[in-house]
Amino acid sequence: MLFLEALAFIVDPANLLGEKGILPRLVDHLLYTGLSLGVALLIGIPVGLIIGHTGKGKNLVIALTGSFRALPTFGLLLFIILFTGLGLWPLVFVLAVLAIPPIIAGAYSGLDSVNRETIDSARAIGMTEWQILGKVEIPLALPLILGGIRSATLQIIATATIAGYVGLTGLGRFLIEGLAYHDYTIAFAGAILVAALALAADGLLALVQKLVVPPGVSRGSARTTHRSRWNFRPAVSTGTHITGG
Amino acid sequence: MIEFHGVSKRFADGTLAVDDFSLLIPSRKTTVLVGSSGCGKTTLLRMINRMVDPTSGYVDIDGDGIAAMPPVSLRRSIGYVMQNSGLLPHRKVIDNVATVPLLTGVPKKEAHARALELLDTVGLDRSLADRYPSQLSGGQQQRVGVARGLAVNPNILLMDEPFGAVDPIVRADLQHELIRLQRDLDKTVVFVTHDIDEAFLLGDQVVILQVGAHIEQQGAPSDILANPANEFVADFVGSARGKRRLMVDETADSRGDDLVLIDGAGYPAGVVDAPGGVLPGAGSSPKSRSISNKTDQAGDA
Repeated sequence: MLFLEALAFIVDPANLLGEKGILPRLVDHLLYTGLSLGVALLIGIPVGLIIGHTGKGKNLVIALTGSFRALPTFGLLLFIILFTGLGLWPLVFVLAVLAIPPIIAGAYSGLDSVNRETIDSARAIGMTEWQILGKVEIPLALPLILGGIRSATLQIIATATIAGYVGLTGLGRFLIEGLAYHDYTIAFAGAILVAALALAADGLLALVQKLVVPPGVSRGSARTTHRSRWNFRPAVSTGTHITGG
Repeated sequence: MIEFHGVSKRFADGTLAVDDFSLLIPSRKTTVLVGSSGCGKTTLLRMINRMVDPTSGYVDIDGDGIAAMPPVSLRRSIGYVMQNSGLLPHRKVIDNVATVPLLTGVPKKEAHARALELLDTVGLDRSLADRYPSQLSGGQQQRVGVARGLAVNPNILLMDEPFGAVDPIVRADLQHELIRLQRDLDKTVVFVTHDIDEAFLLGDQVVILQVGAHIEQQGAPSDILANPANEFVADFVGSARGKRRLMVDETADSRGDDLVLIDGAGYPAGVVDAPGGVLPGAGSSPKSRSISNKTDQAGDA
């Protein structure tokens, strides 16, 4: 059976290390994910916070994030590589482009969900705008901010499989090699690994998200104040980018 | 002393919330701005701590124009209490009370010690210090809000319908607590409400406002009651409908030392001391408040 064979491939110590082993490819996959997420956070968080705090540029960002999401990541990657040549940074760039919209959306709607009266009173008792942002808005918005980061992370992990097509490695190599050699056990093993990594990251971030719910704000009351306009949870479909690409 | 000099405010959407408003708010007294929703009373209040800047005219505090003062430090020097308390939901009661002192660099220990004292001042048990606002009743939250407003020992305390969202029994309790506090602390209190009874209860000076913050009448509660300036005021304070005119209910069977008072509509409004069924001396006391239709009610839910 394919599934059992794939599992056997994964647990076989012979496939763990070495140039084409699971561990180095996993490390590479995590490296691409981490770099892309880092770049996306550097851009997405400040932009989301500025829009959320000032309430300006809301419509622009909704339009932009919507159209960014429609960009075919693999196509964009190939397009960029035409100009830059193969390398790590084109990949990081396109993965960041993919991840920025959910991060902005999470940060923006997180701040947007904070009660206006709470902010008004913080200002009225003499908090500076930075103090309002740092001591009131961000702590209260943190669960939603992390929600955006969580969904961005999942999209990056799933999509980073395309690295294998452009001279890099990562877990996507198993899928590509498996398909190229008609060795579906390996391809399936790759798919399982990517899915498992996505689930592990999702579980970890879900845990963190629970931990950062501010004390004194119960989950129930947090929910009633949320006026979230975006759905953060993308369908985690690890295989689509490969078969579609 | 707070002075409004020909102040107007036109908001970005074109509404003229305040139209050429001038008023002197004396120190160490309670001034109540009262009017219906949309009369501009909250806008006036927020001009005092520069949450709103006037379009024209200016506001002085003790002779100094506030337009030249940095908003943040001005706000930190003025207590502010709002409806629904405006507490930070993610901070414990004690940290909420100590918010401003901590911002201004008072050491945490000192700020917390002072916050605990303030809980005493506003009649809250110190055991509530480690709770979060959502774990308190509405009345308790308002008390925390008042404690926070007093945390920097400000000369001026701004109160924007602070008791508007609590039930009538708790509201009466909080109102009397504020009267007691004001007796002890002697702050310049500016209080905004739409409730004329609350205005008369709390205000040394009451300012009745119409749309655009036009002053219909200002003065002591007894003056306004005795001499309403116009029909609007008479109607607003209720005297036009005979609500304020109280008389002894002759039909009531008085066995004790109190006589029942009824209002113009014949509803019982309160009682008056009448030992042996006789009203005391003809020199009627101006303290109409003591025979108002307020009943002292204890117990904060």
